[in-house]
Amino acid sequence: MTDGNYVSRTPVSQQPLKIEQSSPHDIGGLVEIEINRKKFKVPFGMTILEACKLFDIHVPTLCHHEDLCIAGVCRICSVEVEGMRTLQAACSFPITQSMKIHTSSEKVRKSRRHILDLLLSEHYGECYSCVRNNNCELQKLAKEYGVDFYRFGHVKEPYYDIDKSSYSIVRDMNKCILCRRCVRTCIDLQEVGVLEALNRGYDTKITTFLDKPISEVICINCGQCINRCPTGALRTNDPSDIIWEAIDNPKKHVVIQTAPSPRAAIGEEFGLPAGNSLTRELNTALKMIGFDRVFDTNFTADLTIMEEGTELLNRLKAAIVDKDESVKLPQFTSCSPGWVKYCEHFYPDFLSHLSTAKSPQQMFGAVIKTFYAQEENIDPADIVTVALMPCSAKKFECNRPEMVDSGFKDVDFGLTTRELAQMIKEAGINLPDLPKSNFDEPFGEASGAGLIFGATGGVMEAALRSVYEIVTGRTVPFDNLVISPCRGMEGVREASVKLENVKNEWKFLEGVELKFMIAHGTANAKKVMEKLKKGELKDVHFVEIMGCPGGCLGGGGQPIPTSPEIRQKRAESIYKEEAELPIRKSHENPHVAYLYSKFLTEGPCGHLSHKLLHTTYTKRGNYIA
Amino acid sequence: MPILNKPIVFAKENFGDGFEKGLKMKPIDIVLAVRESGLKGRGGAGFPTGTKWMLAATATAEKKFIVCNADEGEPGTFKDRVLLTEFTEQVLKGIILCGYAIGSQVGYIYLRGEYDYMVNQINSAIQKLKNENKLGKNILGKDFDFDIELRLGSGAYVCGEESALIESLEGNRGEPRNRPPYPVNTGFMGYPTVVNNVETLATVPAILNLGSDWYRNIGTDKSRGSKLISVSGDVEFPGVYEIPFGTKIKDMLELVGAKDTKAIQIGGASGTCISAKELNRNLSFEDLPTGGSIIVFNNSRNMLKILKNFMEFFVEESCGQCTPCRIGNKKLLDGVNMIEKGECSVAYLKELLSLGETMRITSKCGLGQSSPNPFISILTTFGDEILATY
Ligand SMILES: Cc1cc2nc3c(=O)[nH]c(=O)nc-3n(C[C@H](O)[C@H](O)[C@H](O)COP(=O)(O)O)c2cc1C
Ligand code: SF4
Ligand code: SF4
Ligand code: SF4
Ligand code: SF4
Ligand code: FES
Repeated sequence: MTDGNYVSRTPVSQQPLKIEQSSPHDIGGLVEIEINRKKFKVPFGMTILEACKLFDIHVPTLCHHEDLCIAGVCRICSVEVEGMRTLQAACSFPITQSMKIHTSSEKVRKSRRHILDLLLSEHYGECYSCVRNNNCELQKLAKEYGVDFYRFGHVKEPYYDIDKSSYSIVRDMNKCILCRRCVRTCIDLQEVGVLEALNRGYDTKITTFLDKPISEVICINCGQCINRCPTGALRTNDPSDIIWEAIDNPKKHVVIQTAPSPRAAIGEEFGLPAGNSLTRELNTALKMIGFDRVFDTNFTADLTIMEEGTELLNRLKAAIVDKDESVKLPQFTSCSPGWVKYCEHFYPDFLSHLSTAKSPQQMFGAVIKTFYAQEENIDPADIVTVALMPCSAKKFECNRPEMVDSGFKDVDFGLTTRELAQMIKEAGINLPDLPKSNFDEPFGEASGAGLIFGATGGVMEAALRSVYEIVTGRTVPFDNLVISPCRGMEGVREASVKLENVKNEWKFLEGVELKFMIAHGTANAKKVMEKLKKGELKDVHFVEIMGCPGGCLGGGGQPIPTSPEIRQKRAESIYKEEAELPIRKSHENPHVAYLYSKFLTEGPCGHLSHKLLHTTYTKRGNYIA
Repeated sequence: MPILNKPIVFAKENFGDGFEKGLKMKPIDIVLAVRESGLKGRGGAGFPTGTKWMLAATATAEKKFIVCNADEGEPGTFKDRVLLTEFTEQVLKGIILCGYAIGSQVGYIYLRGEYDYMVNQINSAIQKLKNENKLGKNILGKDFDFDIELRLGSGAYVCGEESALIESLEGNRGEPRNRPPYPVNTGFMGYPTVVNNVETLATVPAILNLGSDWYRNIGTDKSRGSKLISVSGDVEFPGVYEIPFGTKIKDMLELVGAKDTKAIQIGGASGTCISAKELNRNLSFEDLPTGGSIIVFNNSRNMLKILKNFMEFFVEESCGQCTPCRIGNKKLLDGVNMIEKGECSVAYLKELLSLGETMRITSKCGLGQSSPNPFISILTTFGDEILATY
């Protein structure tokens, strides 16, 4: 509810249980219970579901999700508690006294079958034409409970139009089972609040403001709702058919850039546990599929650091030396299109705090259709640029009308990790089996600084490595370049480094305590922005914000399922891979240096940079979708 | 609209200066007196009121709240309406006494939207108590401040359910919360909150006036006291009656002038339907509990049509949150329609009765847990008649 003066919009009923009263049965914080006639001791207040998980007792769930607060609406997790008139929803029932629980008694099994049959009776969907085929929680339960006929009937025709209006998100409410995970994700996890339940009783449905198409409301395209939907009711707008067409068209030069996060997660789509990076296997697969060139988005991540870092130094100089009051500090990162749109909707008056630097994806598009086209002597009109991204918002971003600075649409398609995995499977390739190969020239290998962009805090860490070194001439004072305050999964983090013995040209920064903040997930962004609004960030210089929980590795296009543990594993694999790279600072990337010497000759934030690599934002507020 | 028979508790003289007496007691003694009286909640669930108050009184919290549940949405129920118009002051005094007993500063009356015509009356009763220093600051010279605010519901039956009511008070969709934690622990704005029915609260000044023992001696062992019953349907004298718990159906029917009776729906749409042959059953928590209504049907009535009417009500009034209630009620209604068309097999009917059982034990709140009651009871009691007709 309240956290300082910051008020969450989540209804109390959807917030975690608050249990304070201790019970006489409570023995030193532990309660003795029986599950299926076996005795256990569990901490007071733990839910039945948590207790069952602890002891590896399976209880089916649908509306429950580890990232979200408790709902208790699907009732599939019902269990029997001796002495109670009704069954209890395991996910929401706190153990506050000794009790005997049965997780698969006759009553329980019969009830679950009924509930499942009820859900299926209203669920219009054919699994073979559904994105979630083989990765669907409803389908899995139907199998688990041996559903062999539709006891209460089955819908024969779709009853809702599919909403394909958005570049990012597709809503097919015919498959919705009203678990409201999307609603809780959007309002609670992301604090956006696009989705809500409308009507009552049998007419209940999930809808947007005034039932408008999702492209016309304040959806930030983060796709977090998709990642938490148990069914195929939510999915990304999949461009793979058009990409296949381009690949199959010999006239087209199809280029793909791959972001750091997909490679850390795509293995999950092929049955590997989370935390196995397949960077170089992926390069091989992409070439096998037929992409003409495979580039590393980390190259433009390095470029972003050069541009954004220079912009920061320029802002600092203007503020400190020129005493320019109009200069806005702290500077906020702008590489997360979900965050950017969030800021445009909710904090339109603070857009001048955003770095004008484009995201790595968009920089790459612009560079490919100008510099690369020139170098390789290819007509940019024949180049198709695809961006492999962990993100659904990247699809919206590449379709923003201003993203045409190369004279063409800079990035033609944003493709998600899940969508690419599907293409690879369609090509009959089992990714983990492939040999490794490198990225293509002329952009070649990028720095590790670019790689860690995938994890929350990564942009900040990358920027600090370069900014500190540019200003002082020394490497950052952290062991092995690991700026530990930048790492971790806490929602909002804050730290500083002191700039001492700086180089002559940066004298004005001597002794400055460079203060930075990191937030991930727009609910955390909101916390930071509320502080900014109240003028509490006056001494902060740089803020990294990622729209998705965990940063890009938790993006809306990443493999499903997601959980704090899975995101942690993905982060670890990124950091591990990074530690082994030969170059780990953006400003030491030789290909970036080459680009500046050959093409962007005025250097970072120069004239051409400004034209190609920087952008503007729109004050959207509540009205402009 | 007065109470039609000779009242037991709800006669003006019974209330005397129960309010003033109460405020002279220690708060905890009020709780104990209420507990002693054996008073159970009159809103339907019958939770012992003294126990509820004790939980609230012993909770440590910065604020506590009281909500008088005047949503009265159960079809066929209109007894709170009588209390709110005829005994307005006693209802308010009950709320204040509860506030004093548990240590709360604010009480809300959640009034059914359709009762908006009472707003002026209730507000002027509030004003009158304020003028008499029985509400507001330092009530009757004591170190006790208390205020009552009136809030209007907007017509959802489920908002009578206490946790949905609280959601609605907070300005959210009226949807029941997970329980536990119960409102006495985590209620309005997260603070301990006592939700009581109008009748429950209005009884308290009488108990404090005449004593717990007086109250205990009315009714049966497990159901102490009296109950207001709204009577409608095929009877000569519809209206509100006050009866001691334990009153037999036979006597009840006689009292209200019911003739040629076939069936009686006890406790509104979500209650149970019994056959008029079950004359010796009685109205009490242990036999036929009711939130306050009976609907009488004579032999000219078609039971399936009655059932259909009830099921249509639930399909519409379910909040739509949980699966068994949202879809289950629709399946039961579809079943009724199938029976009507002669298309329902005996096997499917059995399946639906079993689904009704599932809804009773898996629904999240009392609505879905009780909505299959008419389906199960009507088709069990009158199944042969219905299947013979269709
Ligand atoms: C669907 C539903 C509707 C209810 N409607 C009412 C109502 O209109 N008035 C009421 O007093 N209690 C109603 N209740 C019961 C309340 O949830 C709650 O138990 C009651 O207000 C507690 O007061 P009591 O202890 O004085 O009975 C309803 C319960 C359910 C499940
Ligand atoms: S949502 Fe699940 S059950 Fe429904 S069609 Fe898709 S895969 Fe099948
Ligand atoms: S994509 Fe993000 S903002 Fe849009 S509805 Fe889903 S969770 Fe909400
Ligand atoms: S769209 Fe998906 S997440 Fe949202 S309520 Fe429906 S099934 Fe659940
Ligand atoms: S039982 Fe019905 S009214 Fe109660 S929470 Fe479930 S859907 Fe809502
Ligand atoms: S998982 Fe427990 S009610 Fe849905």
